[in-house]
Amino acid sequence: MVAVLASAPETASPGLSVELRNVSHVYDLPSGPLPVLENIDLKIEPGSFVALLGPSGSGKSTLLRLVAGLEPPVAGSVLADGVAVEKPDPSRVLVFQDPTLFPWRTVRRNVALGLEAQGRLKTEGHRIDEAIARVRLSEFADAFPHQLSGGMAQRAALARALVNDPRLLLLDEPLGKLDQLTRLTMQSELLGLWQQSGFTALLVTHDVEEALLLADRVILFSDRPARIVGERRVELPHPRHRGDPDLIALRREILQLLGVSETI
Amino acid sequence: MADTTQTAGGALAASAFLGDVWRNGLLAAASWLLAAAVAVGFTDVVPWGQTQLFALLLVIGAGAFIVLAFTVHRLGGIGHPIVHYGPWWIALGLWFTLWEISTAKLGWLPKPFFSPPQGLLHVYLTDWDRLLVCVLYSLRLWGLGFFSGIAVGFVVGVALGWSKRFSYWGMPILKLIGPVPASAWIPSAFFVFPTTFGASIFLVALASGIPVIILTASGVASVNRSFYDVARTLGADRRFLVLKVAIPAALPNVFVGLFMGLYSSFAVLVIAEMLGAKYGLGWYLQFQTAYSAYANVYAALILMALLCSGLVKLLFVGRDRLLGWQKGIVQW
Ligand SMILES: Nc1ncnc2c1ncn2[C@@H]1O[C@H](COP(=O)(O)OP(=O)(O)O)[C@@H](O)[C@H]1O
Ligand SMILES: [Mg+2]
Repeated sequence: MVAVLASAPETASPGLSVELRNVSHVYDLPSGPLPVLENIDLKIEPGSFVALLGPSGSGKSTLLRLVAGLEPPVAGSVLADGVAVEKPDPSRVLVFQDPTLFPWRTVRRNVALGLEAQGRLKTEGHRIDEAIARVRLSEFADAFPHQLSGGMAQRAALARALVNDPRLLLLDEPLGKLDQLTRLTMQSELLGLWQQSGFTALLVTHDVEEALLLADRVILFSDRPARIVGERRVELPHPRHRGDPDLIALRREILQLLGVSETI
Repeated sequence: MADTTQTAGGALAASAFLGDVWRNGLLAAASWLLAAAVAVGFTDVVPWGQTQLFALLLVIGAGAFIVLAFTVHRLGGIGHPIVHYGPWWIALGLWFTLWEISTAKLGWLPKPFFSPPQGLLHVYLTDWDRLLVCVLYSLRLWGLGFFSGIAVGFVVGVALGWSKRFSYWGMPILKLIGPVPASAWIPSAFFVFPTTFGASIFLVALASGIPVIILTASGVASVNRSFYDVARTLGADRRFLVLKVAIPAALPNVFVGLFMGLYSSFAVLVIAEMLGAKYGLGWYLQFQTAYSAYANVYAALILMALLCSGLVKLLFVGRDRLLGWQKGIVQW
């Protein structure tokens, strides 16, 4: 893994380190408080690719929202490069499961959103077309979101995040709604982007295989309220193969930890 | 409400042509000539004036159709609507013929309650200056009322949809007042405002503003929350969230409000003019009815129809410009 990082071209933004200290979160529902996260302690090294696996509804998206700064945790603290996260920042971008492109903007103007909001459009506008090219959407730069396929829309959302040169990319099941083939292609694209850019990646996924193919560390969440029930390092070099016996063994181990049986 | 001339497709409908000749053009010319023949061939039961001129205009129209029949295929873009409405041109000639016979020639529909086409023509020729002034007066009142109404309505709507505090105080008032038809305010408005003109502007503004407030507020309030999350993670401040996220996302709703406001502004405009104005199409209708000058009334009604549908068309053009991205998502 270290070898891959070392061989990657140097870019301006090295990855961000993230630390969660005893983080708990509770949602106030009309029916009463709903504990979602419980005493999460987690340290993520700069430039690493960490996958978060857990049952649906356990609180994975909530964790990403806390790290993104969209909400403050009810207890504990979230640190980015040792500094407490208080509000969203373009250096920590969140990519949602739905592409959530603005339907009234073309792909190019969607990708421009970050620079526009930060008042950097005039000076750094050239990066927009570069970001679009990186996700291979140049031909569709002037298309509206409803003219894109699911995979293309998600690539546009990725470009919208990448144009900000994020130091931390938070990915909330970004490939979850794509068909199998598009998914496989985009997994390797995602890996390529990470290898090129050196950002830290925190990927929420419900696909064990996806986690093992991409990440160098897999964190396992329990049912809600989520606690960390285990973690595994994935020491396999890239490119990885889904038929690799080591990977299959890890997969079995993880499924057992999550309490899922592989046989039907 | 899609534009039907566009749906006719790229090529001119082949069935409308015999070789290069536009068949319906020839038929339209024939029906218009028929109307002209009826107009000059029989005498009017009571003189209406302008019968000859009316017939002349029909003949000119027929001539134009004959020329078009041989040339329209070479006109390209402008040719499309002309050909598309071919059956309408034919029907129009037949309608003129029937209208002519039932009013001027046989007197089944008697003067003064009905008027043949030449009666309307007579009104346009003799009273054009007063009609023009009335159109301008109506447009001025409508413009002042409508644009101030939608401007205020839009701002209030955004505030109501965006701010919890504003909506806490504003929504109950809006829910109470919103459903009251603007015309119900007429008596008190005329009493409260120093001038009837001021009162009329207020009424038109109210009629156009209320639907814009309601739909803008609901549009802004129902914007997908994740749009805000996306913008915030990309570094957006509040100003950006309102101007670049909430408002564009709510714009389709705003336009529904604008259309509703436009229609109710016409209704209130005419009533206000009938009650309090010294000029304007509403006043003209009222005034001429009092003198049983029904030809003038119909002439003014036709102008009003053209004016109102023209304004509606303009709003459609504006909507298509601003909401072009909706093409292929929504049809209305
Ligand atoms: N904004 C919110 N308000 C109230 N409850 C929420 C909110 N967001 C998520 N929840 C609840 O918190 C729990 C965890 O949600 P989430 O973090 O989205 O889980 P996951 O991403 O692991 O599927 C769910 O039960 C969900 O219903
Ligand atoms: Mg989730």
